[in-house]
Amino acid sequence: MKAAVRRRRNWAGWLFVLPAAAFYVVFVIQPLAMTVQYSLYSWDGIGVATWNGVQNYLRVFTDPDLFAAILNAIKLIVFFSAVPVVLGLAIAATIRRIAASRLALVARTVIFLPQVIPLVAAGITWSWLLSSTGLVNQLLSAIGLESITRAWLGDFSTALPAVGVIGAWVLLGLCTLLLLAGMSKIDPALYEAARLDGAGAFREFFSITLPSLRQEIGVCVTVTVVAALASFDIVYISTQGGPGNASMVPGLEIYYLAFSEREVGLASALAVVLTALVIACALPIQWLTRDRSS
Amino acid sequence: MVVILGGSLAAACAAPGSGNAQPTAAATSAAPMSAAPTCGTEPITLKAYYETGFPITKALSDEFAKQHPNVTWDIREDQFAVITQNAPRVLADDPPDLMRLPQVSELVKNNLLKNLDDYAKVFGWDQWPASQLEQMRLAPGGAVRGEGSLYAMGLNFSMTGVFYNKKLAEQIGMTTPPETLADLDAALAKAKDAGLAPIAQFNGGATGGLAFPLQDLMASYGPPAPINEWIYQKPGATIDTPSNLQATQHLEKWIKAGYFWKDVNAVDYATMMSRFIKGDGLFMFNGDWESGNLDKQMAGNIGFFLMPPAQAGGKRAAMSAPLTFGIGANAKNADCAAAFLNWVATDTQARTIGVEIGGSHPMGPADAPMPTVAAGSVTENTLAAGAQIATDNGAMDFIANATGAIYAKSWTPNLQKLVAGEQTPDGLLKSVQADYQSQVKGG
Repeated sequence: MKAAVRRRRNWAGWLFVLPAAAFYVVFVIQPLAMTVQYSLYSWDGIGVATWNGVQNYLRVFTDPDLFAAILNAIKLIVFFSAVPVVLGLAIAATIRRIAASRLALVARTVIFLPQVIPLVAAGITWSWLLSSTGLVNQLLSAIGLESITRAWLGDFSTALPAVGVIGAWVLLGLCTLLLLAGMSKIDPALYEAARLDGAGAFREFFSITLPSLRQEIGVCVTVTVVAALASFDIVYISTQGGPGNASMVPGLEIYYLAFSEREVGLASALAVVLTALVIACALPIQWLTRDRSS
Repeated sequence: MVVILGGSLAAACAAPGSGNAQPTAAATSAAPMSAAPTCGTEPITLKAYYETGFPITKALSDEFAKQHPNVTWDIREDQFAVITQNAPRVLADDPPDLMRLPQVSELVKNNLLKNLDDYAKVFGWDQWPASQLEQMRLAPGGAVRGEGSLYAMGLNFSMTGVFYNKKLAEQIGMTTPPETLADLDAALAKAKDAGLAPIAQFNGGATGGLAFPLQDLMASYGPPAPINEWIYQKPGATIDTPSNLQATQHLEKWIKAGYFWKDVNAVDYATMMSRFIKGDGLFMFNGDWESGNLDKQMAGNIGFFLMPPAQAGGKRAAMSAPLTFGIGANAKNADCAAAFLNWVATDTQARTIGVEIGGSHPMGPADAPMPTVAAGSVTENTLAAGAQIATDNGAMDFIANATGAIYAKSWTPNLQKLVAGEQTPDGLLKSVQADYQSQVKGG
């Protein structure tokens, strides 16, 4: 009797989930499955496709241009992930110490602002700042560094780092805000105890703040690593992958392959590889940073 | 829900694309057309898909509707890049009567465009200078361009060459346009010595604008025919020829001499135009679609000449391409759209609009009346250049149009590398040829 009731309840639960599940299947699972299917064909997007087996996947790993795009995405992790998280920790710790002052509010707003601005607008602004006559070069010239001025986004050695700087600027605000929220949850008694034991600001930071923020850091790293690997808009607006593929990333390459070159199969294969790469990076981060106490 | 899911899953098991209605090559009508098609007298709505930023299409459409009161237009506009991406889908799902076309090989291969041979016969387009229509002809299956059936029609055809700033030219003592490549080299060196920027050009992002001077140099060192064969995908054609190598080496010499802006790899087309108009740059390799604009913005200060040949007295050549429009294979009002295309080339008023607003030479018979243009304007220069190219038989399509992806994926990165000193002239041609072969084979 009891078992029957429970079973009926389970059924009712599934019924409530059904609308959401249907949407998930139609708009997430099905496109994913179709992408996997397309990746096994050679298809121009219009005519009848021909079976291609794993040929597309072989090309993803053997075509130096495609593989270089994947490597570029991995290099971008330094800028999109490491810089915002480390800098975000420092900024959040500083803001927390001056939390009561009006300056903290201003600082929070200014740092979060890039998150509010549409990425396309940010990309255009930065391409002006980084142009050969832009503000960055003007400042460098003003302090006597004219010799290193250049068109930052048009130079082979600096295009990818320049894109990375834009990404770091965008993501710094998000990380700072998340970490700041995490810090406000830490019991102030811990700090008081530490101070009584004679700990300084650095000791406080490494012994209390950092360990307590494990989960927040995990979220920051996951979000920013995914943003680096799947980057598209910043690159598309600022360099379009140029010069000479120096800043090409998989997201942009997939778009070019599918819509300009009409190699839907190869584009899908690269998309599947990218998805696998994102999952392969995100899962260990989740595992490393999950809360072990619970 | 289950039904929808089941249906889409079933569809997912078949090969992609097999579920779409596949247009088949329309059998040419059994009996040839007896009379030239018209738009009739009944109210008719022409569905058009145009490129944003070309006022000529709108002006021509308005004038056509004025002369044919039963015709109304339903016009949709997009950027060219968007049209390129959407063309196959739009033509398959919702074919417009008239559409601005990107590179057509793939569209013809998939039977998405109407074969215009019957119209050409009945309207007499086949009596026009053959070079006007050559680029829009495709062999069966769309494999080779430049021969076969007509699949598109131009509203006018553009002409490229070298624009120059007359005031800056005076400054270095250049009173007449260069007659040979050596003259041009001398002028460039003088400009550099005088502290001027010798060449205004773009080469940033995904748009390798050095393809303009490069192809001009190719045509300066060698004949245009082999270049066209390569663009048309004739079997065995190669871009890696001795004269093209000389041309690429010459371009490299210009780069190393500092004739281009230092940040040329970060300059896009719009930036180049605004800098050149402001007086930053003596020469600019570009096309007559800017003639009207330059006449307005640099009135009296702008000149144009065709790329000079390497040998004195040699023939001139130029990239020259029609502004192509096509008719959907399953378009509802194909006859009326064809009548419009014929009207654009033959109606006096339409030809005037083509020159005054489009800035380029109209299509049509060689002896068709030409509208008068202001004496001394750059538009007059470019129209005269068009006539010389016709006598020298020097029209070329763009090397960027050889395949759908060759520009973005091969020319652009390689030219950017050449600027940065990361590619050699020989390596550039070999790399482009390798990409071309894989694209021709794969596509």
